[in-house]
Amino acid sequence: MNKITNNKAWFLVLPVFFIVAISAIIPLMTVVNYSVQDIFDPQTRFFVGTEWFEQVLGDSRLHDALIRQIIYTLSVLFIEIPLGIAVALTLPRKGWGVSASMVLLALPLLIPWNVVGTIWQIFGRADIGLGGYVINMMGIDYNYSQNPMDAWVTVLVMDVWHWTSLIVLLCYAGLRSIPDAYYQAAKIDGASRWAVFRFIQLPKMQSVLVIGVLLRFMDSFMIYTEPFVLTGGGPGNATTFLSQFLTRMAVGQFDLGPAAAFSLVYFLIILLVCWVFYTVVMNAGKREEQ
Amino acid sequence: MTLTLENITKTVGGESHIDDVSMTLEPGSFNVLLGRTLAGKTTLMRIMAGLEPPSSGRILVDNVDVTGMAVQKRNVAMVYQQFINYPSMNVYDNIASPLKLQGVDKADIDKRVRSTAELMHIEHLLDRLPQELSGGQQQRTAMARAMVKDCKLLLLDEPLVNLDYKLREELREEIPNLLAERDTIVVYATTEPMEALLLGGKCAVMHQGRVTQFGPTTQVYHNPAYVETGLIFSDPPINLVDAEVRDGAIFMKSGHQVPLSGHLADLSNGTYTLGIRANHLSVDPTGADTIAMQGQVELAEITGSETFVHVHFNDVSWVIQEEGVHNPRLGEATSFYVDPTRLFAFDANGKLVAAPPVEISNGKAA
Repeated sequence: MNKITNNKAWFLVLPVFFIVAISAIIPLMTVVNYSVQDIFDPQTRFFVGTEWFEQVLGDSRLHDALIRQIIYTLSVLFIEIPLGIAVALTLPRKGWGVSASMVLLALPLLIPWNVVGTIWQIFGRADIGLGGYVINMMGIDYNYSQNPMDAWVTVLVMDVWHWTSLIVLLCYAGLRSIPDAYYQAAKIDGASRWAVFRFIQLPKMQSVLVIGVLLRFMDSFMIYTEPFVLTGGGPGNATTFLSQFLTRMAVGQFDLGPAAAFSLVYFLIILLVCWVFYTVVMNAGKREEQ
Repeated sequence: MTLTLENITKTVGGESHIDDVSMTLEPGSFNVLLGRTLAGKTTLMRIMAGLEPPSSGRILVDNVDVTGMAVQKRNVAMVYQQFINYPSMNVYDNIASPLKLQGVDKADIDKRVRSTAELMHIEHLLDRLPQELSGGQQQRTAMARAMVKDCKLLLLDEPLVNLDYKLREELREEIPNLLAERDTIVVYATTEPMEALLLGGKCAVMHQGRVTQFGPTTQVYHNPAYVETGLIFSDPPINLVDAEVRDGAIFMKSGHQVPLSGHLADLSNGTYTLGIRANHLSVDPTGADTIAMQGQVELAEITGSETFVHVHFNDVSWVIQEEGVHNPRLGEATSFYVDPTRLFAFDANGKLVAAPPVEISNGKAA
């Protein structure tokens, strides 16, 4: 046995354990605690097993919210990713235009969620909002507080406006890291613009795109503030996404048990999707990424 | 084809990158562009390829003006310092890509890809992706891509710089043979004098955007037309000292005296710059006529089989190349010997006026 053991190392790891315990594990365990018990007050509580889980998983309003959420998140990804790539491709590569477009693109990212919500809430109003007024002028009957479709589209447009910049910046960084020689080589070969994109730019952007998709998926899957500020989840339930639903359950109706059970399910959905996506992409890209 | 450059200049933002370059590259010739970093080698190659238009001047292919012609129509290929391959395509598809774009039929593509891969010794790697290859294999793939399309002009821009020593030597040996039986004009840019000598062919020495000398490589090496050429085409750079010819002898600024004899006999009175390559200095007297000099050791670099001793005397710094490993103490006074038959003489304008006769006896180009 010539393996050296040094117990002092534990002291270096302990702070991390401590911080993670306080910040993540203990709060998570309280949620777990609520999800399997019916708690009235600290002394009065009953173990209910999987009852809350069964209740929330069988809740048709939750199914609706989940479907709405999935459609919304997919829409976000299908719009923001191609749009972000397209915008990144058209950005200037040198000169004053670079810093100008960087500043312009970064601006929406710096605005807090609820401010974005407020901006669009006012912007979209048919009476005093520029956007809403103009749309109605053009003969389209647009009113996000009454028409569910309008509200849904408004939240989507808001997100696209707010977050496409992130994809643009990520892709732009990826594009900038491609040496000029690649483009020259393609030019000498006589490759078309599409071939340059398909065989040089896209493969070189792959790793940043994975991060972009993950970030946008997680973030849009947890969207709360914008629909809350715009219509509070309405009209009807048109913009009631999972976070909204959860908040109503926990804070509005004070159904802590089912809310805790649902929180865990929610958490697991996000974790699972991210893991599956990451694994699939990385396995597909493994041979390229090494 | 014959490629002729006529008074090519390139100015970018008021700064001259290429300054009045004229040269003619013969069909099937191997041409080395030798120059330091930023001498304009890459720019000149880009102009030859048609990737960049010259600011003025003409490019002729077989006496036809192609100055404004797009690069796709010129049938050129280029290999870069970085290993440039399509990242998502395997080696086979990478090599096949220029042929596919030319619309060559499938069976022909397959035949040519396989024979080129064989030539580059990568036939066993055809289904790998570039990232799964070593640097040397990646560059072989890039070269195969360039060679597969039978181009008329093949430009190699310091292709071996990013490879490690062993791979570099391997490929350097292969390159002239690979290209020997083609009528392709090859242009090979390098910063290394040894590489230029090993590759042979013709050599164009570049300095500050000008081609200062163009001729057979060994001839350029033995007769550097200017002081600058000597500095560029010697590693370490040629040792220089100012001197004056008067009263039938050469007086170096350092106080040493060289007789006006041999190839130096015809020098008239005036000021000169004398040059001698590091391998012609010795810490041992090599012959009866050698001139003894003294200097202080500033630095000794041991490369393994050779030692470069940097000496300083009378405001002059020289480098002596010694066989074997020596370990002189720094600051120590040392004697070394100049063989006057190996001296180059440049006039006051830096132009070569006398070069030592070429010795062929030991078989080494140096």
